Amino acid sequence: MNPKTPSKLEKILAAGHLAVTSECGPPRGSDPQAITAKAEMIRDYVDAINITDNQTSMTRLCSLAACIRLKLMGLEPVLQMVTRDRNRIALQSDILGAASFDIHNILCLSGDHQSFGDCKQGQNVHDIDSMQLIQLVRLMRDDAKFIGGDAIERPPRMFVGAAANPFADPFEIRVPRLAKKIKAGVEFIQTQCIYNLDKFELWLKMARDRGLHEKVYILAGLTPMKSAGMARYMKTRVPGMDVPDDVVKRLAGVPKEKQAEEGLAICVESIQRLKNVEGVSGFHIMAIEWEEKVPEIVERAGLYPRPKVE
Amino acid sequence: MIVADKKPIEEIITEVKDHESILVLGCNECVTVCEAGGKKEAGILASALRMYFLNQGREVRIDEVTLERQCDPEYLEELHDRIDAYDAVISLACGVGVQFMAERYHDKPIYPGVNTCFMGATQARGLWTERCQGCGQCILARTGGICPIARCAKRLLNGPCGGSTAGKCEINKEIDCAWQLIIDRLKALGRFDEYEELAPIKDWSTDRAGGPRKVIREDVQQ
Amino acid sequence: MRLEYSACIRIIRVPCTGKVDSLHLLRAFEKGADGVYVVGCMEGECHFNNGNFRARKRVEQVRRILDAVGIGGDRVQMYNLSSSDGPLFAKFASEMVDRIRQAGPNPIKLARKRAAA
Repeated sequence: MNPKTPSKLEKILAAGHLAVTSECGPPRGSDPQAITAKAEMIRDYVDAINITDNQTSMTRLCSLAACIRLKLMGLEPVLQMVTRDRNRIALQSDILGAASFDIHNILCLSGDHQSFGDCKQGQNVHDIDSMQLIQLVRLMRDDAKFIGGDAIERPPRMFVGAAANPFADPFEIRVPRLAKKIKAGVEFIQTQCIYNLDKFELWLKMARDRGLHEKVYILAGLTPMKSAGMARYMKTRVPGMDVPDDVVKRLAGVPKEKQAEEGLAICVESIQRLKNVEGVSGFHIMAIEWEEKVPEIVERAGLYPRPKVE
Repeated sequence: MIVADKKPIEEIITEVKDHESILVLGCNECVTVCEAGGKKEAGILASALRMYFLNQGREVRIDEVTLERQCDPEYLEELHDRIDAYDAVISLACGVGVQFMAERYHDKPIYPGVNTCFMGATQARGLWTERCQGCGQCILARTGGICPIARCAKRLLNGPCGGSTAGKCEINKEIDCAWQLIIDRLKALGRFDEYEELAPIKDWSTDRAGGPRKVIREDVQQ
Repeated sequence: MRLEYSACIRIIRVPCTGKVDSLHLLRAFEKGADGVYVVGCMEGECHFNNGNFRARKRVEQVRRILDAVGIGGDRVQMYNLSSSDGPLFAKFASEMVDRIRQAGPNPIKLARKRAAA
């Protein structure tokens, strides 16, 4: 597929390389250092950096501002945008704001419900949902039109992404959902973090059976476990997460001070295995509050140095 | 029906405690069915208020009347000859009735006795659950008869989200994931392939967002 | 059995405690009763299946209301016994009378007297 935008991420994928992305969570304050320091740590090890959008509904510095920071550092941001907090006017407006700084990647999400965060009494918007947001960005980019029909001056040139969760319920619609997002116009997918490799490979096989892997780039999501405790927490307390028993057992089987090392090993092994699976176009490494380990993971997985594109 | 829940009596007392003559006005329709504001509840509230005031050492007249409805002018008219005897009314009707009373009896304070909650159905005795939010453009034909606007916490039109777990919503294990219900229904109807059709962006102008709404039927107007 | 129980108790017989409405209990207090207790069959043995469960719920509702308006929720109580258990009836009676004596007369009575004076 020929790249349609100036996005570095799109170019790397179009050239046939395995892409590597990671993510940064903005601070709960206005200190730009909190972003720039994390981003600097992983600069040479990833192709693009996602900035989350008030994740788990905790109010944080907005994704757009943090993406601009990254852009000013010469890095490639992925603007995560949830439909929970903004109506279609604000969504289009923020997309134009991002485009004015030549931010070329967007990830379209619905967003966690506000009851998870610090503003449980607030309204939610959901004027449109994540699928409709994908359609909206494509309309703005390819037809140079606002949703209301008027023409856009200097339309956004964004590579459009969305999330997929092979582990959420019900399983039977996980591939139809992927198909639906492709129909809506999505161009790349980042999945929820994978611990159950068998299930992920099953999902991917079902997607391949429908030829979907040729219509979208799929980046496998991974989060290294820091401890057996973290594994247990994610297994039981996080919706849509599938952590098999043997992952927990493996971590619990080593002494506490070695568990982080084991978690990193599991992550690297997963990448090694998934590299060989048809349909995997790259990896999305989400090392929340452990960003300093991303360089090591990328190196050990044999994905360093990152390819250069025009 | 419109489902409401009784207001705590302490809250009602705070509003009416300075009045000398109060009418407790029940409604015989929705609030009777959801046991929040019918004749029985009006009687109980009136009795409780009488005891409150007597305990304060005050002679306050508390009467009870239950109208058929409080959302049709003909029924509100029934109070016309007797309402001057009261300096306040506690209406146990839904928010519609309270407001209609206030519009009709412009100089009379009308206090709400219930919290109006939603349009819903009786799931079981003592359990009423939400079904409709009055968006003004019903899409139930496309969603197997289950409304994602009223029953999905994120009102997703192309759901479910990634938080759906074992058929339940991410915000509360007791709430069914509306999209799981829709999928099950589409399967039961043999229309599962419709799941992949993209639902278009909604026109919310017929919803609350478009401003206070009205329905006009010229064919029945006089 | 010719057991004794307090003379300050007035008995109102109903075919089943399920027939006792919240309003009956409330009106009794409105009219100046110091206490009301509802005596029904043992739970699970109601002659009419679940009348005594309904009565219990209504007693609970009235208790909350009496607390909210300052009359005192401990003036209303639900008891369950088997219809042949005379001694238990007498025991409940004296228990209830003791509790009401502790709580004092219904404040409404005093308030009415003061208002009339």
